[in-house]
Amino acid sequence: MEKFSYVNATSLKQVTSLLSDSGWGEIMMIAGGTDLLAELKEYIETPKTLINLKTLPGMDSISADASGLKIGALTTVAEIAMHPTIQQHYTVLAQAAASVATPQIRNVGTLGGNLCQRPRCWYYRDETISCLKKGGDLCYAVEGLSKYHAIFGGDPVYIVHPSDIAPALIALNASIKIAGPEGEKTIKVEEFFTLPAANPFRENVLEPNEIVVEVQVPNPNPNTKSLYLKVREKGAPDFALASVAGVFEMMGKTCQTASIVLGGVAPAPWRSTDAETALTGKMINDSVSTKAGEEAVKNAQPLNDNEYKVTLTQNLISRAAMMAVSK
Amino acid sequence: MASWGEASQSRLIGKRITRLSGKDKVTGKAKYTYDINRPGMLFARILRSDVAHATVMDIDLSRAEALPGVQAVMPLTEAGRILRYQGQEIAAVAAETDDIAKDALRLIFVELEELPFVVTEADAMAENAPQIRDWEGNQSNPGINEQGDVKAGFEEAAVTVEATYHAPVQTHVCLETHGHVTEWTDEQNLTVWASTQAVFGVRNDFARRFDIPANQVRVITEHMGGGFGSKFGPGVEGHTAAQLSRITGKPIKLMLTRKAEHLVAGNRPSMTQHVKAGASSDGRLVAYDMRGYGTGGISSGAGFQAPYVYHVENRKTEKFNVATNAGNQRAMRAPGHPQGAFAMDSLMDELAEKLGMNPLEFRRINDSSEVRQAQYTLGAQEIGWHRRNTVPGSGTGVKKRGMGVGSGQWGGGGGRGTQARVTINADGTVEAVTGTQDIGTGIRTAIAIIVAEELGLAPTDISVKVGDSGPGLPSGGSGGSQTTASVAPVIKTAAMAAKQKLFEHVAPLLKAPVDDLRIGSRTIYVASDRTNTVTWNQATGLLGQESISEGGNWDQELRQGGVAGTQFAEVEVDTQTGHVKVLKIVAVQDCGLAINRLTTESQINGGVIMGLGQTLLEERIMDPQTGRMLNANLEDYKVPGTYEIPEIKSIVFDTHRKVTGVGEPPCIPTLGAIANAVYNAIGVRIRELPITPDKVLTALAEKA
Repeated sequence: MEKFSYVNATSLKQVTSLLSDSGWGEIMMIAGGTDLLAELKEYIETPKTLINLKTLPGMDSISADASGLKIGALTTVAEIAMHPTIQQHYTVLAQAAASVATPQIRNVGTLGGNLCQRPRCWYYRDETISCLKKGGDLCYAVEGLSKYHAIFGGDPVYIVHPSDIAPALIALNASIKIAGPEGEKTIKVEEFFTLPAANPFRENVLEPNEIVVEVQVPNPNPNTKSLYLKVREKGAPDFALASVAGVFEMMGKTCQTASIVLGGVAPAPWRSTDAETALTGKMINDSVSTKAGEEAVKNAQPLNDNEYKVTLTQNLISRAAMMAVSK
Repeated sequence: MASWGEASQSRLIGKRITRLSGKDKVTGKAKYTYDINRPGMLFARILRSDVAHATVMDIDLSRAEALPGVQAVMPLTEAGRILRYQGQEIAAVAAETDDIAKDALRLIFVELEELPFVVTEADAMAENAPQIRDWEGNQSNPGINEQGDVKAGFEEAAVTVEATYHAPVQTHVCLETHGHVTEWTDEQNLTVWASTQAVFGVRNDFARRFDIPANQVRVITEHMGGGFGSKFGPGVEGHTAAQLSRITGKPIKLMLTRKAEHLVAGNRPSMTQHVKAGASSDGRLVAYDMRGYGTGGISSGAGFQAPYVYHVENRKTEKFNVATNAGNQRAMRAPGHPQGAFAMDSLMDELAEKLGMNPLEFRRINDSSEVRQAQYTLGAQEIGWHRRNTVPGSGTGVKKRGMGVGSGQWGGGGGRGTQARVTINADGTVEAVTGTQDIGTGIRTAIAIIVAEELGLAPTDISVKVGDSGPGLPSGGSGGSQTTASVAPVIKTAAMAAKQKLFEHVAPLLKAPVDDLRIGSRTIYVASDRTNTVTWNQATGLLGQESISEGGNWDQELRQGGVAGTQFAEVEVDTQTGHVKVLKIVAVQDCGLAINRLTTESQINGGVIMGLGQTLLEERIMDPQTGRMLNANLEDYKVPGTYEIPEIKSIVFDTHRKVTGVGEPPCIPTLGAIANAVYNAIGVRIRELPITPDKVLTALAEKA
């Protein structure tokens, strides 16, 4: 990696002020570092300064009350996975966090880092390949090897968003608090992520001088059943070929509302409104769940090597829906 | 003539004995080449080609040389030369820290003129493909072999199968990457800590390279983290390290990066077989016609076994190599066998199905190995073969189970060329020294067991020194599953000779003839009067200032080559996700005399895990657009982890009392067993490895 200076963060104000001195990439933030260090070692990023966020006070805890959860951006993935309230009432989130990487990575990787991690695309991660995401001319996945790439929303960059936690948070209708030089703002997690058509170089709306502070999750309705399904080639550590975060408000076997957000299939977590519509108000059974899966993928646009993801996504959604009515 | 004696007489041999170096390894006390640090040592790195094919136009090392902390920069190619694969060496740097060396690499200016490349077999064989070596159409002259009458065979056949089977390139993934620490103690004496599976081979190679007597090179490999056939020589990195040591006058550490390890440190070549085979109505394989190829990168050597294990009277095979712009193949655990077994065992099941025969019965008819016939019975019983689907894919539910069987064979009989010395000291201590190396199979423990058995001691009483050429007791490389079978006879006869010498010292004291003396547990006694004894330490105390130090000799009768193996797999396939989970492997491995049953079982476990990886996960992925290997890491090059490893029932099938190696054979039958089990589960055959969810889902969709 290139040499960089290292600054311990003391306050959000100091961090956003430091960040305001440069555009993307010159000054970067590091927390767990499980993604950034790899990018530095591969020379994908070559910042002049790293701001260590771990010294920021009060951003690494989980609070749960009647209104919902507040999770500081510096909370580790492991803490989210193992938190009893999250396991019980926000199951999809606990399951998604538990599915991340390995115990070692979950123990240091943070919530903020998980949401802001960069794509795993093998063209992007190769320093010697100048791809569109890195300012080059071409998304190599289009004509190249695309087994792990997007089937939705790709144009013009066919990466998939690697986060497991993000689909879970979106399915739970969570919000994200962002701090900038002008103060703080809170937006839906769903609005935090962007597609390459809007910005091929970034995966979210953060400005270079903004930082994720906290995630807020409203308390789900007591009749809610939620779950996260993730398919990967290898048990661990591996990223999703496809994943489904499902949050279902149930009345008996009838689905009152469904929130279905996909991971591993699009450049951002991908809400499947088609699947949601197919399930909402329906008694869940084999044919309804199958239909939901079919609806979800009807507009999929696979590349050369990832047609299988269409089937996989369809099947996972059906499975998730059936699990909502199983014990 | 020596013999290993009866099993009932063995106190240690054949028992399950904990690996002597186990504690050191799990506590981190064991030092690997990576862990060696010498006073004043410099760190070296190699600049490698990013591109698959290019002419070197210019190299300028001056900026790297000028970087503070850099002590030497050395070109490894020159203007006008052609680089023929990604990862090929361009220059090397030695610096005071590893970070400086890394930075210096980026300061080397290289101008390349890129040339057209082919990195896949399909591209290499395409019309108008650029010719990248001296093979027309990038294909070597085929080797053609014909026996019997293939045409008549097909006429006799009641059923035929025509299919194409493919296994991609697999890399060795040694956990410790290749590398060396090199140190010239003076102009003419070189010491090398090497991560190698051939201590003496590496010694002789360095001696030739630097034109010095072999005994002035000392190679040390106390522990090493895997070789699998890829670590027989120093390679460019070893020579470079020693050269940089010479230039700087300082010790050099040069270990390959994980990326380089994938790119340049060898691989198992790919295999594609277009095969047509026929069987008679009574279940005999009667005809086999195969045309196939593989790529070993820019080198040749992409062979494979076809047909395999099962006997076919009438057969024709045509095999050739395909050149691609990729790193050279090297020997990899049972070269040519696992991929050959995958194709053959798949073919066997396809034929059996057409005949309406149980695939196991079909194998029995065509397998002349009596050992494997017995293994089929045992393995089928262990896995519960009767539970398999008689109609493939007939299980109900989303997750479908199936069973399969596969077979393998190997040599492993050892060979001449090992010298060893067993020393008994006056204080009662015992040393066993030989120049072999522990590639990870546990030879150190095996040596201790053999010596301890002979001398009435415990394995922990024996100080075993291997992995060092210093004592000048050569042994061969650890390849071909030969280590134990090569070393054991020599150690055994050395221990016998040392015992005999000790008896000569003891005989006067016990007033008994030498040939009436016997070894007991830490005692020597007189056979005709068992009350007449001395303790081990009393006996060795007679040596005074002397030691007994005896060599051994190669004794054919103590070893034997030729092993058979069979494995049964039970898998569960998730038909919605395409994920294959292996539930259980029963591995029945013929092995002759297992010196240490525990490490033999470990060998079988390791082979099964490696075979499983090749079947379900591993593939070198080359990008036709950029010429790069896209998964030169351990994220997208996937090897089995704990989640993938099933219950493994390793059955040490000892058929005789002679030593045979089993390092390689247990990785062979796994492929066919799993592939056939997947078919039995879902009723769709995957003929291309690895069997990943995309292939399973695609195949299921095509069936539907």
